[in-house]
Amino acid sequence: MELLARRKLTNQVALTLSLAAMAFGLFWLAWILVTVLQLGIDGLSLSLFTEMTPPPGAENGGLLNAIVGSLILVGLGTAVGTPIGIMAGIYLAEYGRYTWLGRVTRFVNDLLLSAPSIVIGLFVYAVVVATTGKFSGWSGVIALALLVLPIVIRTTENMLMLVPGPLREAAFALGAPKHIVIYKVTLRAARSGVVTGVLLAVARIAGETAPLLFTALSNQFWSVDLNEPMANLPVTIFKFAMSPFEDWQRLAWAGVLLITLGVLGLNVIARVLFRAEKLH
Amino acid sequence: MNSRQADTAPPIRKPVSQVGAKVFGGISMLFAVLALMLLAGIILALTVESWPSIKAFGPGFIFSSEWNPPAERFGALIPIYGTIVSSIIALVIAVPVSFGIALFLTELSPLWLRRPLGTAVELLAAVPSIVFGMWGLLVFAPIFGEYIQPALAATLGQLPFIGVLFSGPTMGIGLLCAGIILAVMIIPYIASVMRDVFEVTPAMLKESGYGLGCTTWEVMWRIVLPYTKNGVVGGIMLGLGRALGETMAVTFVIGNTNFLSTASLFAPGNSITSALANEFAEAERGLHTSALMELGLILFVITLIVLILSKLLLLRLSANEGR
Repeated sequence: MELLARRKLTNQVALTLSLAAMAFGLFWLAWILVTVLQLGIDGLSLSLFTEMTPPPGAENGGLLNAIVGSLILVGLGTAVGTPIGIMAGIYLAEYGRYTWLGRVTRFVNDLLLSAPSIVIGLFVYAVVVATTGKFSGWSGVIALALLVLPIVIRTTENMLMLVPGPLREAAFALGAPKHIVIYKVTLRAARSGVVTGVLLAVARIAGETAPLLFTALSNQFWSVDLNEPMANLPVTIFKFAMSPFEDWQRLAWAGVLLITLGVLGLNVIARVLFRAEKLH
Repeated sequence: MNSRQADTAPPIRKPVSQVGAKVFGGISMLFAVLALMLLAGIILALTVESWPSIKAFGPGFIFSSEWNPPAERFGALIPIYGTIVSSIIALVIAVPVSFGIALFLTELSPLWLRRPLGTAVELLAAVPSIVFGMWGLLVFAPIFGEYIQPALAATLGQLPFIGVLFSGPTMGIGLLCAGIILAVMIIPYIASVMRDVFEVTPAMLKESGYGLGCTTWEVMWRIVLPYTKNGVVGGIMLGLGRALGETMAVTFVIGNTNFLSTASLFAPGNSITSALANEFAEAERGLHTSALMELGLILFVITLIVLILSKLLLLRLSANEGR
């Protein structure tokens, strides 16, 4: 009987610790979100969206150039990375599913998915910035596109794999060539999943700082010229948060709030969209 | 169907051209190869760029703790030490917590709570690292230095042998702080892999355990965990890969100094990623840039090895699943 009591006690202790672990995880999420909301809302104002990033020590100022820069970089990065990723994902699922090339590419892609983003920054620096001789918006776009690529490849492939085989067979039986089958049947069936993947990729690169440090760099002034260094939210936040100026820190908190809301919002939209489509 | 009949029947339509399909297949393959080449390209580009440094310092680069840009003398020991120590701290904290979360999500949680809690954990993974970094520097580190570090020094710091790890000035930022923030960042990754692999354990196995009178904990520890061992280790390695390459959060809180004279985890340090983030854009073209590139190359090789191990372990688990 004593053994049973001890086993029950062990069980109780373990389950309590498990509950504590869950609470521990949620605690950090709550703490971070509350702080970001509190300090971020403090820094929100209309001038945030109408004025440029201020020079050191200056009062007020906004984040307009950084916000616009981020939108351009993320938009173009996604626009470049997505089609390539979808095509490569199609290859993995529809053509090379059982081939040697398909298997190796899938494995390598999974490695790239978790590879440190700062290394992508170094790579783009070596290939683009060092050859052209200057930091530029385009190099930032390339770096972000390279981060989008593995995510889109992975989700496209996974979603196409879920499309039932008979759907393809039915289309082939009607005489459709393979690219029409993929374009009009399988890709369409997997659409919501692919869109989810793209949204998650956007969410991922929207907060990426490390790969932009050596590519797009930053710019204190208004510039939409992709051949010049370009302002962007993450690098501006990095610079401002590390600074001793209170006004800069306040702006950084506001920027962090914008990024967090954007990224978490995209994640929630992606989830809702995917679930809504699945229920059909 | 009889083929002769088909031959004699008048063709209704010409067969559809297959050229489009060929072209489409070719393009898709090209892009897949492109993704494949990216990995080789990264290694090649980093090696070429770091060649001057590799030639100048040889293998001694890894063992030298001198980092002196004006004198052009570079050694990677301190960044490598910082990267490894902060990642180990992160794993020590994150592994048991993630196991607890996965256990809770698969066995304990009421059904209606599973999805929201799972989503919450995944959202924690989606928070950008710069947010962790800024929050860590301006919110967590001051509280950590004020209350938690003195408490650690008064308890763990008094123990023999490991006491030295928890001694010295309590500044908040430092290796331990970086490790803790990293732990919070990788918990969601490890926990969701663990949850996923726990869920593939056949219900039959668990029910047999319960049928014999096992407690929930015993089923978990003696049946589910041994069955999913490879997947669990794979998930931990995935988290380790993330921790090694994490940049912004670490850069904010590790202290960024290239001098290290004590074994204390309270001391500030530097990691490979934070050295890159702080110095690269301002580095002189030449040996300094090259040495930083070599740091990046070392980081990439270490994370690749960890990630490959992780992948192989997870693949082995899913191969077993079919049996």
